[in-house]
Amino acid sequence: MREVELAIIGGGSAGLAAAVAAYDNGIRDIVILERGAFLGGILNQCIHNGFGLTEFKEELTGPEFAARFIKQVEDRNIEYYLNSVVSNLTEDKVLTYQNSTEGVVQLKAKAIVMAAGCLERSAGAIALPGDRPAGVMSAGQAQLFLNQFGYLVGKRVFILGSGDIGLIMARRMTLEGAKVLGVAELCAWSNGLNRNMVQCLDDYGIPLYLSHTVTKVVGKSRLEKVIISEVDECKRPIPGTEKEFDCDTLILSIGLIPNNGLLNNLGIAQGRSRGSEVDENFETSIPGIFSAGNVLHVHDLVDNVVEEARVAGINAAKYIKGEKLDSEKDIKVTAGNMIGYVVPAKISSIGEDKATFKFRVREPSKNVYIVYTLNGKEIKKVFKPVIIPSEMEIQSLPKSLFNGESGELVVSLIKKEEK
Amino acid sequence: MKELICIVCPRGCRLTVDDDLNVTGNFCPRGAVYGKQEVTNPTRVITSIVRIEGSDLAMCPVKTSAPIKKGNIFKAMEEINKVKINAPIHIGDVIIKDICGEEGVDLVATRNMEAI
Repeated sequence: MREVELAIIGGGSAGLAAAVAAYDNGIRDIVILERGAFLGGILNQCIHNGFGLTEFKEELTGPEFAARFIKQVEDRNIEYYLNSVVSNLTEDKVLTYQNSTEGVVQLKAKAIVMAAGCLERSAGAIALPGDRPAGVMSAGQAQLFLNQFGYLVGKRVFILGSGDIGLIMARRMTLEGAKVLGVAELCAWSNGLNRNMVQCLDDYGIPLYLSHTVTKVVGKSRLEKVIISEVDECKRPIPGTEKEFDCDTLILSIGLIPNNGLLNNLGIAQGRSRGSEVDENFETSIPGIFSAGNVLHVHDLVDNVVEEARVAGINAAKYIKGEKLDSEKDIKVTAGNMIGYVVPAKISSIGEDKATFKFRVREPSKNVYIVYTLNGKEIKKVFKPVIIPSEMEIQSLPKSLFNGESGELVVSLIKKEEK
Repeated sequence: MKELICIVCPRGCRLTVDDDLNVTGNFCPRGAVYGKQEVTNPTRVITSIVRIEGSDLAMCPVKTSAPIKKGNIFKAMEEINKVKINAPIHIGDVIIKDICGEEGVDLVATRNMEAI
């Protein structure tokens, strides 16, 4: 069986950034395994701009951002395999992958970086009511068909879910001549970035129906119409509020889920983000297996993905070189009041000078504090005039605040008292 | 006075532009430029695709090298949809010069597409 130092599962933004970081920290024997036909992952079909403002200080499109990282990987002669699907991973870090030239191959690695990205939630996942005609598809699927193959998947389109890809597809399909009739969002607020609400919907006069969902899909062979209804606070459809839209396409932009099956199969604990629980080095409970990017928690910005993957790559390099990865991870981090999830799940009370937390709030809120409590004692609070679920929050605390104490750190949202 | 959401970057600052074109609420200087521009002459970068022959994909992604007038968006799409190119194409290659007659704004390729 071939042995390598570092195997990276996924050749998208996270995998490429992790590979480059590991290389630059002294690791030469690296293999990237990519399921698709190209390096760059989902960036290749995200032809819109807005990528790279933090990483490269300029505004790039997805393919341009990917090309920069592909060049970094190629300049370093890092080995990669395309069309190669990893089907199994063991606790001893033996990978099984397959492609059409090599067949089924086993590979043993000293360290693994899991960077397999995320998957779109499907019609089945939300038990979409009604028929199952052609013309119902995920936003990413419509994006792939249009941007890489050149097929406009419909002429009269309705969109369920206000996730960013859905909003971006509303604009893309409008530009290509389709009529986008509207976007329905189950929540009382938008789940896309503000800028996408403005430049994808407002610019083209596409209505957004907040607190609405599709209550019936109608069509025999091709989609004929969708019926949407308003929902109450418990997200139950309100009878009598139905609206009908004659359309041939329903695009679902209803959320992304970490594509983390390989690590889940190893029994690694799953966090509330539905990725594996990791410590501040992005190492899972199995030493030498790291996880970063959308497979760990779904990000809004690729700039944050590559930043995170770099940290994972650096720590994978340290692990391979036998350098100790800080000290014991003696503080458990949990999501408290109104916080959806927090990454990482474990940190060390000593070691590096600061700890960085990434989290999302459950609801849009104004005039709130993000409060950090260690063993029930408040150690820090951060005022936020506005905080929304669609924007991941990244905050750092100096470790001196922990005073070397171990235990449980809870991150919560507390409303500022009205004066 | 006008309230806007800045679209320069994904941060999405909430801007206020008063009648004298003073911008507040912006986190960075680019927000001030955007706020002024948006109330006087709104512009957008357009990204799309053009048909490519001789490469392993049917479509090559493209963008305008600078923002174009908002009113020119659909005119630009008409020009974009008429174009056919041949591989190889590299990032930055000019596909249409001075798109919609906007001087200095070109349609450029955003992906390297080798000939096969």
